[in-house]
Amino acid sequence: MHLHKYEKWWLVFGTGTLIAFLIILGIGAFHSGSHPNNSRKTIDYERVEDFEPFNNPGVHKVEGKDWDYEVVLIASAFNYNPAEIELPLNAKVKFIATTKDVIHGFQATGTNINMMLEPGYISEYTTVVNKTGEYLIVCNEYCGTGHAYMYSKLKVVDPNAANDSE
Amino acid sequence: MQQTIVNKIMKVDPRDGKLAMANIYVAFIALLVGGLAGLLQVLVRSGQFTLPWGIGYYQVLTVHGILLGLILTTYFIMGFQVAAISRTVGPLTNTQRKIGWIGFWCMTIGTVAAATMVLLNEATVLYTFYAPLKAHWIFYLGLTLVVVGSWLLIVPQFMRYIAWRKEHKGETSPLLAFMVTVNNLLWFVATLGVATEVLFILLPWSLGLVERVDVLLTRTLFWYFGHALVYFWLLPAYMAWYTIVPKILGAKIFSDALARLSFMLFLIFSVPVGIHHQLTEPGISGLWKFIQVVLTFFVIVPSLITAFSMFATFELRGRQLGSKGLLGWFKALPWKDSRFLLPFMGMVAFIPGGAGGIVNASYQMNQLVHNTIWITGHFHLTVATTVALTFFGVAFWLIPHLTGRVLTPKLNFLGVITGILWATGMFIMSSAMHIVGLLSGAPRRSEYSEYGGATQAIEWIPYQIAQAVGGTILFIAILLITYVVIQLAFFAPKGEQDFPLAELSPGAEKTPAILENFKVWGVILVALIIFAYTIPIFDIIQNAPPGSKGFNNLW
Ligand code: HEM
Ligand SMILES: [Cu+2]
Ligand SMILES: [Cu+2]
Repeated sequence: MHLHKYEKWWLVFGTGTLIAFLIILGIGAFHSGSHPNNSRKTIDYERVEDFEPFNNPGVHKVEGKDWDYEVVLIASAFNYNPAEIELPLNAKVKFIATTKDVIHGFQATGTNINMMLEPGYISEYTTVVNKTGEYLIVCNEYCGTGHAYMYSKLKVVDPNAANDSE
Repeated sequence: MQQTIVNKIMKVDPRDGKLAMANIYVAFIALLVGGLAGLLQVLVRSGQFTLPWGIGYYQVLTVHGILLGLILTTYFIMGFQVAAISRTVGPLTNTQRKIGWIGFWCMTIGTVAAATMVLLNEATVLYTFYAPLKAHWIFYLGLTLVVVGSWLLIVPQFMRYIAWRKEHKGETSPLLAFMVTVNNLLWFVATLGVATEVLFILLPWSLGLVERVDVLLTRTLFWYFGHALVYFWLLPAYMAWYTIVPKILGAKIFSDALARLSFMLFLIFSVPVGIHHQLTEPGISGLWKFIQVVLTFFVIVPSLITAFSMFATFELRGRQLGSKGLLGWFKALPWKDSRFLLPFMGMVAFIPGGAGGIVNASYQMNQLVHNTIWITGHFHLTVATTVALTFFGVAFWLIPHLTGRVLTPKLNFLGVITGILWATGMFIMSSAMHIVGLLSGAPRRSEYSEYGGATQAIEWIPYQIAQAVGGTILFIAILLITYVVIQLAFFAPKGEQDFPLAELSPGAEKTPAILENFKVWGVILVALIIFAYTIPIFDIIQNAPPGSKGFNNLW
């Protein structure tokens, strides 16, 4: 099969870029640990409140872990528990979430915090919240009539600045 | 009398033409109704309009997704492919044609059944019907019939192709017929996933025969199918680019071997990649997600081959016509010919469309865009522009070819206008979707909502108004094309419209036989699927949580 000279260059250049790009993604993922939600923990979705940590939804400060805060969250049609999340600036936080009924989304808009919540599974994502502000959290997977009214808020506050304004 | 026994087939057999036209009619009805749903969506989302008579937004969105994503595409493709087979490897036998008709009616009964359930608000589950949302069983049965019907429609195409290969031992099969066969094989292998999901899991569940389903398994089966689905849409557009557009330009096929190679590569890399739609979900390990991401990226190779072939064809032809300078050939192209202009605009849209796809599939980057309206912007460029405009460009000659009429200069002009309106409307709508999705994470599949007055959500509204402007222009384009299609089908002057089909250059090398060896490529395909899916699916079943009961009271 005959390949034109330019075509060879084009394919070599294109495939080379592609491989370089994949290597960057791979290093980002497996060396720097930048993964999306890959949790494989399961739960009985009909009795989530009977199990740790969902017996106590909310924002918790934790000790002796790789992260400083845990946000334990339960989604159900059409709301989130807790209804609002407040975290201090630069906190390393682990979101631990699940659903009591159908599939929901959990996305803090304008951030990388974005995961699917599926019945029977616990979704987890660890990140550092390094910008103050109020982020709208939306359900981004269709879950029924109330889907676009299923939202909450993530507040990232600077503990030092907050004292001044009191 | 003698003339009918010409050696070379130049026309689609009229009896096959009827079958093809039946499919094309349904496709354009789906376009009109689905387009109306699209218009309603953008109007609702602008915040200026509410749906009357208790119609729900998500009911409309279900109609839109099913009619445009599944019905328009599948029917048009079947119509085009049946015609392509008849034109290139000869008329179907009576039995084959009968099987095709049974398939057509099976699909149509299925479509009507599913649509009825959606209209009755018994199946407001969107076109992806993710469990544990549970629709009426008739909806799932309807979808099953659509899939089975499509199988019956591809059977005669396979049979005719195989018969030709037997009749012409040692010869290279016509390129277009080969491409049709690759696409049918892709469709068959891909639909095995969704057929398993619907027939063996969702249907018994909705009938109450089983109480619970494994949600993640159904999603994984869906996306095993769902990603290949997009290549099933795309490959017929590529068929037109490789084999028809050159003829319209007066050029030859750039390279038969490269065209076949790119189709075989699409075939093997289209199925074992579906998990890239599930990157942010639990229950699948990062390693296997990443492996499928890598496989996904390999479809870039045949895309590069295709891009090169297209632009090489244009340039060579332009130079033949005597154009000079670096870009002089560009002016020489037949811009006023709707059969060329619309597919060409489709090719251009695929440049940002493909680039956006790379972002979506990029593992951790996916978190930024997953389920945002950026995704909707992305596939309105790819399927709703690249594929749709190419199909329209094909319809402009295929319909009159099949109905014994001609594309008049006036209808051609209206076709050109449709293309320009489409490109304009889509540019506005899709850009607004891309920007607000990427930069501020506005969600897809969402009706108008102010999210409790959140500042971010207020900033989305101007973009939603822009989408309504673009969407309205698009709807006007749909009305116009409906008019053109009706004219071409029933009222245009009688005559002979050519089925443009490019030939190989006289000096072209013989295509290596390996590129036509379906056994070899089929084995590679199956091996890749087994490699990419065995462990993830085994894991999903092995680690399954208690299954889910259905929810049918949420809409
Ligand atoms: C008048 C032209 C069109 C308009 C105004 C339009 C508008 C829209 C909008 C606004 C959405 C997103 C709604 C939401 O997420 O809430 C959407 C979704 C969609 N559109 Fe279109 N569209 C048009 C044409 C098309 C065409 C021609 C196709 C396919 C060939 C198509 C396929 C889809 C699909 C598959 C979805 C996804 C549905 C879902 O998320 O369940 N659209 N469209
Ligand atoms: Cu939702
Ligand atoms: Cu995909």
